[in-house]
Amino acid sequence: MKVTEKDVQYVADLANLELTPEEQSRILKDLNSILEHIDRLNQLNTKNVPPMAQTSDKFGIDASKQGSDRFSYVMREDETRPSLPREVLMENAPDSDGAFFKVPKVIER
Amino acid sequence: MDLSALTVESTRTAVAERVLNPVALAEEFYKKIEADDPQIGAYLTLCKDRAMKKAAAVQAAADKGDALPPLAGVPVAIKDVMTIAGVQATAGSKILKGWIAPYTATVVQRLEDAGAVVLGKTNCDEFAMGSSNENSGYFPVHNPRDLSRVPGGSSGGSAAAVAANLCVAALGSDTGGSIRQPAAFCGVVGLLPTYGRVSRYGLIAFASSLDHIGPITKTVKDAAILLRYIAGRDKCDSTSADVPVTDYEAEIGKPAKGLRLGVPKEYFGEGLDTEVSTAVETAIQKLAQAGCEIVPISLPHTEYAVPTYYIIATAEASANLARFDGVRYGHRSSSAHTLSEMYRRSRDEGFGAEVKRRIMLGTYALSAGYYDAYYRKAQQVRTLLTRDFENAFQQVDAIVTPTTPTPAFKLGEKVDDPVSMYLADIYTVTADLVGVPGISVPCGISKEGLPIGLQILGGHFDEATVLRIAHVYEHETGTGR
Repeated sequence: MKVTEKDVQYVADLANLELTPEEQSRILKDLNSILEHIDRLNQLNTKNVPPMAQTSDKFGIDASKQGSDRFSYVMREDETRPSLPREVLMENAPDSDGAFFKVPKVIER
Repeated sequence: MDLSALTVESTRTAVAERVLNPVALAEEFYKKIEADDPQIGAYLTLCKDRAMKKAAAVQAAADKGDALPPLAGVPVAIKDVMTIAGVQATAGSKILKGWIAPYTATVVQRLEDAGAVVLGKTNCDEFAMGSSNENSGYFPVHNPRDLSRVPGGSSGGSAAAVAANLCVAALGSDTGGSIRQPAAFCGVVGLLPTYGRVSRYGLIAFASSLDHIGPITKTVKDAAILLRYIAGRDKCDSTSADVPVTDYEAEIGKPAKGLRLGVPKEYFGEGLDTEVSTAVETAIQKLAQAGCEIVPISLPHTEYAVPTYYIIATAEASANLARFDGVRYGHRSSSAHTLSEMYRRSRDEGFGAEVKRRIMLGTYALSAGYYDAYYRKAQQVRTLLTRDFENAFQQVDAIVTPTTPTPAFKLGEKVDDPVSMYLADIYTVTADLVGVPGISVPCGISKEGLPIGLQILGGHFDEATVLRIAHVYEHETGTGR
């Protein structure tokens, strides 16, 4: 599968990246050479091989239970408890009124 | 004071015996950092006031005659992808320049509760993406063994700091080899714990199913000591496993006689530098002399590990880095007039080239029409790689390989060839994909004076066997302390 300039534009839009023209042509070249290397995965027959998302879902679990009950040790009661203080979190905000994060207008009239 | 002679073990003993003053020790390290770090670039942030306060508290407790906690006074460095409340954390990126973390990572909290003194945050490849520490948004790190060469990455700053005696030990993170590979390049010890062994709470995420935190130290025993304090279930990290923590220190000194070591043929083929191959084969012979049984094995899907990794890691990274949008924290573009421009320009301005490359690759792999061909396929190959290891561990107790195909390369050598850079990870990525623990220990020096690393991999949650064998090797070659 060869990546085109149109693909780069589409993917950059999905990733919310405003690439410069030099970046676009660099990335086009890099993606194609990386994907060429990645294509070798198609040499493997993976029919009936289950996909693996995570390595640790067999250890420390309650094997006598089924499904997500096996991970009951990660659950807690649904009670509200304090999180990080708002003043501390707002300190890093690029623009705020102390209570809300301020951003450019979302709706253009 | 000879800082090069200090280990975690010797430092804590000397502090506990009141023969070493933690305040004087911290000051010595800061003096050495000021003198040597301009050439190396290991640190991004020094938290001197905070460190001296902590050292003074340890000293006060010692003066009062209180029992001291187990790592009291030990100076450590933390890779800048882990948070410390009130201290800048950049993940090596300009997009987080000036970001003051609002909370402390569990691993740092545990080390500090044990009495350690955090000297500062170390340099790394941006968002832990890289194998040379040339992708830092700030400046590259130089290998203390040869300043014209890379220290490895992405934990290059941590490895260089330990190798240059700018701290006694450090924490790094490993997603595709980022603890073990720089440890090998810098001639120090780097431990990758089992996935879920150590909490990731407070680790700025790169790829959540692959990220691991682990120690970088001068000796195997030091790695065992630090692992003991950072390991264990953390309710703030749902992926941290509910598996009891072994007394890793007690494993050190146990003989390796009778342990079966697998040597996988796929790790000794094309692309492996002859000097590395010779050093590793000599190391394996030393382990045989120590009583290990050497068993030839095969890990047949090895050649598919790098492409699998570069799909899964970049796909997860594209999701994890979506949060950097200029809204709540981090760089916000000053030229944006609309919300969309703000997102797009903040990200394009704040992220470096490698990060953008990986976000693009990951987004592409997950996009409609390509998800099955790339991401789902890679997840299936991950299962095949796991089966390779499960089969191997039916026949052997541990697996020995080179850590890297070559010693440290020159700065600038691989920056224009991403595939060549990615292939440097060939011996390390599989452990991250499968979730097994591994260690890199120094096993020789090349003709050009560059360190070579030996990698030992173990079964899930079997850090004990890995540490045991690594320590026996250190002991056989007199390279321990």
